[in-house]
Amino acid sequence: MTTLGYYPGCSLHGAGRELDQSIRALAEVAGVDLVEIEDWNCCGATAAHSLNHDLAVALPYRTLALAEAQGLAEVVAPCAACFSRLKGTAVRLARDPDLVEKMHRITERPYKGTVRILNANEYVDRLLDAGLADKLTHRLDGLKVAPYYGCLLSRGEDIVPDDHEHPTAMERALVAAGCEVVPWNFATECCGGGFSMSKTDAVVDLSDAILSDAEDAGADAVVTSCPMCHSNLDMRQRTINAAGRGPHDLPILYLSEVLGLAAGIEPERLGLDRHFVDAMRVTERVAEAKEPERETQKA
Amino acid sequence: MAHTETKTREKTLAEKVLERTGVDVRECYQCGKCTAGCPMVPFMDLTPSQVMRLVQIGDEEAVDTLLSSTALWSCVGCLTCTQRCPKDLDPAAVMDAVREIAYEEGRVPDEQRKVLRFHQAFLETVKHAGRMSEVPLTALYKTLSGDFFSDVTLAPAMLLRGKLPLILKVISGRKEVGRIFEKCLSEEEGEEDPS
Repeated sequence: MTTLGYYPGCSLHGAGRELDQSIRALAEVAGVDLVEIEDWNCCGATAAHSLNHDLAVALPYRTLALAEAQGLAEVVAPCAACFSRLKGTAVRLARDPDLVEKMHRITERPYKGTVRILNANEYVDRLLDAGLADKLTHRLDGLKVAPYYGCLLSRGEDIVPDDHEHPTAMERALVAAGCEVVPWNFATECCGGGFSMSKTDAVVDLSDAILSDAEDAGADAVVTSCPMCHSNLDMRQRTINAAGRGPHDLPILYLSEVLGLAAGIEPERLGLDRHFVDAMRVTERVAEAKEPERETQKA
Repeated sequence: MAHTETKTREKTLAEKVLERTGVDVRECYQCGKCTAGCPMVPFMDLTPSQVMRLVQIGDEEAVDTLLSSTALWSCVGCLTCTQRCPKDLDPAAVMDAVREIAYEEGRVPDEQRKVLRFHQAFLETVKHAGRMSEVPLTALYKTLSGDFFSDVTLAPAMLLRGKLPLILKVISGRKEVGRIFEKCLSEEEGEEDPS
């Protein structure tokens, strides 16, 4: 059995719970063992790098050091912000021995630099290779999706292994799940990120533009792998509508949920029932699409 | 925050930024690509390329304009500027460094206090528990910012969806994380007390 380290990050215990559920459920189907980093701490997110550049590195450093001590060579960080902070730190440490020394002093933990961080899109890709591709028996044929990368799964030199202006990391998985990927313009635009509470107006403007473009492109759903993007587009959709925009009624799905559905995992186990904008309707479409196939099998 | 007194002259802002980020702003040739791609420009009093230019100029007036600007607190950290800078200059890191300096010098514009309070509430939560949790974060943010009435309907809706854990997860290494905070926040990091 393949083993991968796991860093859920704080959001996945709260607002991003369905991302955690679907990531874990997919691992089970693909026969991959997720080993959580023991006693991991918060990556510091936007707050740390906004106010203190040492803290912004020291917090991810501690987690990297713990993972290394636990013998985890590869760690999945499904939250895009955690991924960007952890991998960004790993990349900087690899380039700067003085920084390693400073962080060693601050955290009192050694780190040799052996841990590789994977994002949720890379993780899904890895699972497809590990056998998930053969288990997608409930393809979502005809579901039109707009793959949304946002900022932290598209940008960051040496952090995101993809074309930064035209990322395609989700496409293989979406096609394998039977989805139709619609071309659209806002795949890498910012949703307002961590300003959900402190600059809600900005989030309303930016996220409204993203939802509108996805609708114009004919998407039935937006697919993301970032819990901040998810919360701004899904949870804040009512705020956006209340501000007189839209009105929008667009389900926002995690890539891991889409693959989970295609693998035949019950929607509730994936957390699809926890969304603010009804996402269960997607499963109805799948069932409809499957009906004729089942009948031909019976006949 | 304590200042270094031994220097013959005070460091320029550009030098401080270089020290903190490794970015030499003198290399910026003002193409404006960072500004063109920035999603937050409508919410800023200075554009990212103006921030770069003012760090270059670095005289008293420029520094004053910068440190009191709302732009620092409106940067969302989307990295579009950094990704597209033809000189590989990382304007997002420059924005972080100038914000950090403004914060250290107590120069946060009143109308941007909500952003600062959110960051502070976030870090305070992590400092004490090792992790962020929505309930203490929101409670602390609302207490610090006085913003009690926004999103009052959101909490019950989140609770209903199992997205608002009421039991605060505290990690075993919380004291260790607390020490990391202390060390990072004290400027004389070389002289940290041995306790």
